Amino acid sequence: MDELIFFINRVLISGTVLGSIYALGAVGVTLIFGILRFAHFAHGDMMTMGAFVAFVLAAALTAMGIVTPLPMGFVVLPLAMIITAVLALGLDKGFYAPLRERGARPVTLLIASIGVTLMIQGLTRLIFGSGTRTFFESESKDIFRIDMSWAGGSRPISITEPQIIMFVVTALIVVALHLFLTRSRLGKAMRAMADNAALAQVSGINTALVVRVTWVIAGALACVAGTMLALDVALMPDLAFNIVLPIFAAAIVGGLGHAYGAIVGGFLIAFAETMAVFNWTAVLRPLNGILPEGMALPANLAVVPTEYKLTVAFVILVITLLVRPTGIFKGAST
Amino acid sequence: MSAAATTSPKGWDSPLRRGLMLFAAMFLVVVAVGVAQGTASMLLILVQATAFALIALGLNIQWGYGGLFNFAIMGFLMVGGASTVFLSYPVNAAFWDSEGPMMLGRALLAFLAGLVLVLLARQSHRIGLRGKAKTTLVVLAWIAGYIIYRSQIDPAAAYIESTAGFIGGLGLHPVLGWAFGGLVSAVIAFFIGKISLGLRTDYLAIATIGISEILRALIKNMDWLTRGTMTVSPMPWPTPLPQQLQAWGSSIPESFMLARVWFLVLATIVLIAAFIIVERAYGGPWGRMMRAIRDNHIAASSMGKDVTGRQLELFIFGSVLMGIGGAILATFTQIFDPSGYQPINHTFMVWVMVIVGGAGNNWGVVLGAFLIYIVWIISDPLAQLIFLNLSSLTESIGWGAIPEIDSRSLQMRVFVLGVVITIALRYAPKGLIPEVVRREG
Repeated sequence: MDELIFFINRVLISGTVLGSIYALGAVGVTLIFGILRFAHFAHGDMMTMGAFVAFVLAAALTAMGIVTPLPMGFVVLPLAMIITAVLALGLDKGFYAPLRERGARPVTLLIASIGVTLMIQGLTRLIFGSGTRTFFESESKDIFRIDMSWAGGSRPISITEPQIIMFVVTALIVVALHLFLTRSRLGKAMRAMADNAALAQVSGINTALVVRVTWVIAGALACVAGTMLALDVALMPDLAFNIVLPIFAAAIVGGLGHAYGAIVGGFLIAFAETMAVFNWTAVLRPLNGILPEGMALPANLAVVPTEYKLTVAFVILVITLLVRPTGIFKGAST
Repeated sequence: MSAAATTSPKGWDSPLRRGLMLFAAMFLVVVAVGVAQGTASMLLILVQATAFALIALGLNIQWGYGGLFNFAIMGFLMVGGASTVFLSYPVNAAFWDSEGPMMLGRALLAFLAGLVLVLLARQSHRIGLRGKAKTTLVVLAWIAGYIIYRSQIDPAAAYIESTAGFIGGLGLHPVLGWAFGGLVSAVIAFFIGKISLGLRTDYLAIATIGISEILRALIKNMDWLTRGTMTVSPMPWPTPLPQQLQAWGSSIPESFMLARVWFLVLATIVLIAAFIIVERAYGGPWGRMMRAIRDNHIAASSMGKDVTGRQLELFIFGSVLMGIGGAILATFTQIFDPSGYQPINHTFMVWVMVIVGGAGNNWGVVLGAFLIYIVWIISDPLAQLIFLNLSSLTESIGWGAIPEIDSRSLQMRVFVLGVVITIALRYAPKGLIPEVVRREG
């Protein structure tokens, strides 16, 4: 039983947390790719930006002496989402829209997004310094320990309060996104435009509006993902830069341009990462009783050493690109 | 073909004059930096800029000539650096006297055994296995090969790290190390190109950046080979070191200047040699074929050109220059520090150099490399100056001083780089010295 609890603590919970973050980021990447046909490299930095917006708001509220039962990071989330969405619209207006109007190729937009990455990253470090910050300076991170003695376990399942809220928020957002894409006029227009932009325009869809809505959704989701990452780990200026590649891996594995695929891909990559570095001996130890003498399991039975955790995502990415470039769900391909 | 297209524009718009003006302006900037920061630090910037110009030429072959998106530059620089460490660092006797070489030999054999297993599995269609069965067999062979290799390399790595530290070098001349860096880069580029060149732009960009991160993780964590985060220093120079010059009787500031001048001369010779080769290749039939593939690969392949084969060629040639450039950088700084490599400093900056300079035009790319590197270096002290002034201003009006000015102004470089590439894309998308497309007929 203890082995199972260990597995739940180390793989199931942390995999789900990481998966939620990857999924929310990958949805934004995949929507932008579907509508605008370019890989938006600055997405990771939009996440950092959103996290810092939430951080500033939370710090301001705490300074005003407001105390809430929920972690402050979640209380300010709706407002931070709106601000980040507006910032994302501004980024598009300032840097991408002029290039699109000139009829630049998607590759140029990709390079432009590198420029935006550098600018956002430089600015956040200029303003906030390059140190590590945390949302939990004034409040504590509640940890729930679910006692498992009724099932014969000696250790509890432990989960933090932000993690629980994170699961709830992710589930809500996924459902909302699903309803938006399938039920609303705008959502259908978005899917139509992702399918065939020229046809969508001819049939009277306001493509400029669809582009704006795409940036709003991508910005808001990036803010949620970035804030969650900051709540779960810590807030660093280069937080999301490290995570933008797994997010791209998730989007590609799910099929670029395919929103549901991105969610599946996010969880897939996250679980692959956590399971690859998980020490399987911890779970398989009872087998030692069955195995013949001299065949005992080695002390460490992780598929790859912990230092290579991020590499797992890239290996999956490269294999996907080689074997099935359109992803597990058939995505848009260029 | 109209007359306007055949005759190049005269006056201020002529590409030649424009290029000369820009190079003259760059020369003035270099002199200004020399006056402001001293000759020794100007030489330091120039040597590194020369190495980056070589790397940018490599990217120009890939992106400018062939339209190949390579975001793995950082990976090739690390490969070049690690290779030159292996060849030119002094011999580590503790390693060669220990069990290490034997264990590494066994690991190599295990690697080869795994390779043979995979290759055999790939040939399994000859014994009648097809479709799913063959795929399963190949996957199983990969897993078996991985386990065999890990079972040998893990103890070997642990043993070497605990006894000799790392395997050390071969103690050969650093210039040989540079050549070796190019060679290893070529081999790695061959495999990367083989697996990823079938992909188009966005996908290729993401695949190469992923591969570059894999290379970084490997070089950073294979402590037995590269000493990982513990860094390797001091690396020997091909030219006399300042310390040697001091021993021969020159004063300390003079020795630094002289040593860097010698190194600069050597690096410049390498750059000029590469430049001549690359420029002649561009003008020849080979270059014309590459441009044809870049501009319309479908038409080119219908003319009988082997598109992927040619692109692989480009990818390898470009990566060789990157590997050599990375080796020169590592030798010059005398330290190989895998954690010092960042995508921003080593991949994206080279992209900015090529885009700003003018993709496809070698003169433009060299200009861009020097210009951007100088901008990158001097934005730090400039930002510090601005911050110090601002800080005294805010202090005088009672807002208090700005904290951590040092670390913040370092970040200004990243911001400036982003601004530069954004402006370039918006207002000069073809670069400062655009590619001159010659039309005959």
